Amino acid sequence: MRLRNVAVVTARELGAYFTTPLAYVFIVVFLTLAGALTFYVGGFFERGEADLQAFFVFHPWLHLFFAPAIAMRLWAEERRTGTVELLMTLPLTSFEAVLGKFLAAWLFVGLALVLTFPMWLTVTWLGNPDHGVILASYLGSWVLAGAFLAIGVTVSALTRNQVIAFVLGAAVGFLFMMSGVEVVLAPLRGLVSPDVLDLVASFSFLRHFTDITRGVVTLADLVFFAAVIGVGLLLNTLVVELEKA
Amino acid sequence: MEGMVELDRLTRDFGPIRAVDRVSFTVGRGEVVGFLGPNGAGKTTTMRMITGFLLPTAGTARVMGHDVVAEPLAVKRQLGYLPEGAPLYGDMTVAAFLRFVAAVRGFGGAEKRRRVAAAVERAQLQEVLHQPIDTLSKGFKRRVGLAQAILHDPPVLILDEPTDGLDPNQKHEVRRLVREMAPDKAIIISTHILEEVDAVCTRAIVIARGRIVADAHPDELRARSPHHHALRLKLRAAADGLVEALCGLAAVRAVETVAVQDGLLELLVLPEGGRDIAADVLGWLRAQGVEVVESFVERGRLDEVFRMLTREGEAHHAAA
Repeated sequence: MRLRNVAVVTARELGAYFTTPLAYVFIVVFLTLAGALTFYVGGFFERGEADLQAFFVFHPWLHLFFAPAIAMRLWAEERRTGTVELLMTLPLTSFEAVLGKFLAAWLFVGLALVLTFPMWLTVTWLGNPDHGVILASYLGSWVLAGAFLAIGVTVSALTRNQVIAFVLGAAVGFLFMMSGVEVVLAPLRGLVSPDVLDLVASFSFLRHFTDITRGVVTLADLVFFAAVIGVGLLLNTLVVELEKA
Repeated sequence: MEGMVELDRLTRDFGPIRAVDRVSFTVGRGEVVGFLGPNGAGKTTTMRMITGFLLPTAGTARVMGHDVVAEPLAVKRQLGYLPEGAPLYGDMTVAAFLRFVAAVRGFGGAEKRRRVAAAVERAQLQEVLHQPIDTLSKGFKRRVGLAQAILHDPPVLILDEPTDGLDPNQKHEVRRLVREMAPDKAIIISTHILEEVDAVCTRAIVIARGRIVADAHPDELRARSPHHHALRLKLRAAADGLVEALCGLAAVRAVETVAVQDGLLELLVLPEGGRDIAADVLGWLRAQGVEVVESFVERGRLDEVFRMLTREGEAHHAAA
């Protein structure tokens, strides 16, 4: 793998996000929703605590819908317009293209997260928050988004229809997010052994993310998200390779 | 001749359908191969296998000695490829797009600027350089596709229907570009426009139903036409029975009366087995004292040969 090639693809994809007004609309909607949820639903002021729990608690839900929307065009659009033939006949490996596209989406989400900094300023101005926890939570939110994106990009490579890519991406993401919750576990209970049930529950994005935002950043949680991203990208590469066969 | 592109029994199946069936040929430096065939004959599939976009089911393809399956990146570095319909990133400007391709091709800094500038000049894109590709006319889009393909000055060019949908002036431009680059490259052009073969190709490969049915110089192909060496005549005051007498000449297969007008008889004399009969027929006519107002030897018609070859394939397929 040559990082230079990855960077070239990432730069092109990032550019593609910002050539249409869609990227700006995206960021504005993301920031507005994140803010509205924190203050109106999360009860930021009513809690009277100098932390950003009321902000981060909604991130899994925001990412669940925003990540597939950002990822959906990455491969589906290439296949619809036929540019995938151009891309895959340039001297790039499939993995370089896959990683380049993923990184563009991940950086885009990273930018949206960075732009929520007024939240941090607000809570700092109001009280004396634990900055370590906040930083860890941001990091957790970003890797969580990365996991959703890895799913979304892979799904995008399966279709040339962006709407299908979005719906499938959000659906698969939802299963992963909720796998530790009764909604998903209840139908499985009795069908599978408790060990398998524990395994399914351990895939819960929600549980790993909540651990991180509580300030207990364990290596295990970060490794979990990194592994989900890694497996997603390998699957994505496989899908792209299989289209040649 | 040195083989820059070598196909050996290249085969591709899509499910139960065999799209390309044991296609073999070698293309050397300086050759411009016209890859002909009806729609769905397997032209695009063959090109996609050479460029590494599709994997062969069986057989091999090599570009500059590199196998397309074993060393796809080495192959892609040696190739310039214009895919069918010239797909491009419509949201980018021409300049940004060419810079992107140059970067992927490994050029940076001054070299990148030089390469992009050279490709822009060759494809004559100066006036649209800063326009988004989506806003360009079909002709300009095709030229952007060509610029992208020749940017790294590759030894091998694969162009899938480079003139499809262009107006006559634009077609002329694309052909000029191909002719300019031809001497030191191996070029494969797919087309179903036969005049293109005459205009740029040094060799024509006809495929039908995935199989090669002819591989020859365009003139050789034309020689297979029943009209090859046919003699078109305009005669004055021809006597009755002349046509029958002409028919009786050795090497004349048939005589068609094309028109009778203003005392002029227009005939088409078809030779036996494509032989050159002009001297014999004209000599005989002179001996008979017939005044020949006009005579013209036909070279043969490529479209006729094309139909013959590709229909034969169909008949063969139906029988098999």
